[in-house]
Amino acid sequence: MDRFLFLTLDGLSRGAVYAAFALALVLIWRAGRIVNFAQGAMAVAAAYVAYSVTAATGSYWLGFAAALLAGLLLGALVDVAVMRLVDHRSPLNPVIVSLGLVLLIQAILGMVYGNEYLPAQTPFSRTALTVGGTAVLSPYDLFVFAAVGVVGAALVWVFTRTAIGLRMRAAAFAPEVSRLLGVNVGGMLTLGWALASGVGALAGMLVIPTELGLHPHAMDLVFVSAFTAAVLGGLDSPPGAVVGGLGVGLLLSYVSGYAGGDLIPLAVLALLLTVLLVRPGGLFAPVTARQV
Amino acid sequence: MPTLLRHLLVAAGVGLAVLMVSYQLDSYRNFQLATVAAYLCATAGLTILTGLCGQLSLGHGALMATGAYTVALCQAAFFDRGVTSGLTLIGSLAAAVLVTVVVGLVVGVAAARLRGPYLAGLTLAVAVVVPALTVTLDGVFNGEQGLPVPVAPAPESLGLYFPHERWQLWVAAGTTLLCLVVLANLVRSRYGRLFRAVRDDEVAARLAGIHVARTQVIAFVVSAAGAGLGGALLAVLAQSVSPGAFGLTLSLFLLMAVVIGGLGRLAGAVWGALLLVALPDLTHSLTNLFTLSPAAAQRLEGNLPLAIFGATLIVVMIAAPGGVQGLLSRLTHRLRTRRPVGRS
Repeated sequence: MDRFLFLTLDGLSRGAVYAAFALALVLIWRAGRIVNFAQGAMAVAAAYVAYSVTAATGSYWLGFAAALLAGLLLGALVDVAVMRLVDHRSPLNPVIVSLGLVLLIQAILGMVYGNEYLPAQTPFSRTALTVGGTAVLSPYDLFVFAAVGVVGAALVWVFTRTAIGLRMRAAAFAPEVSRLLGVNVGGMLTLGWALASGVGALAGMLVIPTELGLHPHAMDLVFVSAFTAAVLGGLDSPPGAVVGGLGVGLLLSYVSGYAGGDLIPLAVLALLLTVLLVRPGGLFAPVTARQV
Repeated sequence: MPTLLRHLLVAAGVGLAVLMVSYQLDSYRNFQLATVAAYLCATAGLTILTGLCGQLSLGHGALMATGAYTVALCQAAFFDRGVTSGLTLIGSLAAAVLVTVVVGLVVGVAAARLRGPYLAGLTLAVAVVVPALTVTLDGVFNGEQGLPVPVAPAPESLGLYFPHERWQLWVAAGTTLLCLVVLANLVRSRYGRLFRAVRDDEVAARLAGIHVARTQVIAFVVSAAGAGLGGALLAVLAQSVSPGAFGLTLSLFLLMAVVIGGLGRLAGAVWGALLLVALPDLTHSLTNLFTLSPAAAQRLEGNLPLAIFGATLIVVMIAAPGGVQGLLSRLTHRLRTRRPVGRS
């Protein structure tokens, strides 16, 4: 029972990160109907910025802030310099371009920092605290929950309570009408990319120390897990992404706790296959009319 | 002239040319050309799937791994039983295609219900997971180390000092030409038209009585077979197979190659396969021009081709979505239409 409790809490902490990352995917999907396959690579790039800043200043928190800032800027840059120029008539084109970005970013990181694993530090201890003889959460897990919670709440506030959030939603749902009403649709899209990439950078900062360490490919499997989480919730639904993320985190924690960590990739694939075969629209998708 | 006959004649011509070229080139170039042939099987298969049927797959690196490991296991089984004839290779390659077809069928059936980014996500998962499987089942696949692929030497009738690389080129090019003839015929057949109809307008295809899902599964299985054969040939050429060679990057490389080469035409697959082999070679000679510390040179050499591939891909998608083959055909088209004007 103790073990089950520990695995559950550990899974929720892991799931919070997947939820943040899945949320970033959903943000871009809602804004531009693009699944950003480069999101993992972009998050790793932000984490490398944090590594450099921390190494130069000796402060984890300066590095952390630098990573978030780098994430925001990189997202805006990718939209303005690349995605805006792509012909969106075929859904394949933006996917292929984002894959090109994956190669480019990973290669540049490899050239600058090398392809070996770099140590990634955490601001708090990762040893679990014990309550009444039972190992529960580590201070780092609490930090993960707090960070994801704050960012999630901030996003909800921006989208539902501010004028800019209203404009962003309008630009995503009815670009033409919004343009006629004076909304800068392109600018809103860029802002969406920046926000999503910032959230992705946060998720990267949180997850990389708990994996093997900093490496150009550090987020490959995390991306697949987060994509699974986003699909589980339906790519269109932010609450779905959060629930999906927590669900995937729990599943992977149980699998690695009871069956062995080697099976994690296989479990992700099995889950993704099952979701896509049983409910391709995700658990939170509205029922659509039958096609032809 | 019937299509099959024409394709066979072209293949015979190309085969003859390769035969002659193989005597002119040194061993290293022969080996490189053989690698191009191996990649060509996979890029041609992917061209059928992505270019003709409009489905994206990031899992073809994993399907190549499937073929490669099958060949390794089959060859080892043959050699353990003391069967060392060169003919075992044909059986092993056939087994590789068969196993990849089965795996492709499973993925393809799941994929036929999916569109665009969902399909890409599923195949991405396949690409990331399959190499990890070799570590999970390391009793069979020997983990990160991988397996050796025992291959019989060139037949003695060719002479005692026949270069091994030339023999490898013959084997790889022969197999690839056979594969290309089959694929080229498929493109021209009823199925090729079905693929294109599904790609251009799914709803219209369905209204015309085409079973869209079945057509997509067929395209996926055919392209999987190509990938399996390509991976098997690569393993035979390298005489070993390890998961490191078949990671996500290979899958991305294959996609880049067919996009840069030009989607929708088998000729584009040839350009793609050439690029896959030539680019690391070119960047190697490029980095040799500068005096770098060994560590920096190593970093650059591994990553520069990736960076160039990624950047080229983005530029090609934005500026010339037809790829190399698209540019070429536009160029020849312009020349052709200009000539009569000049005469008159």
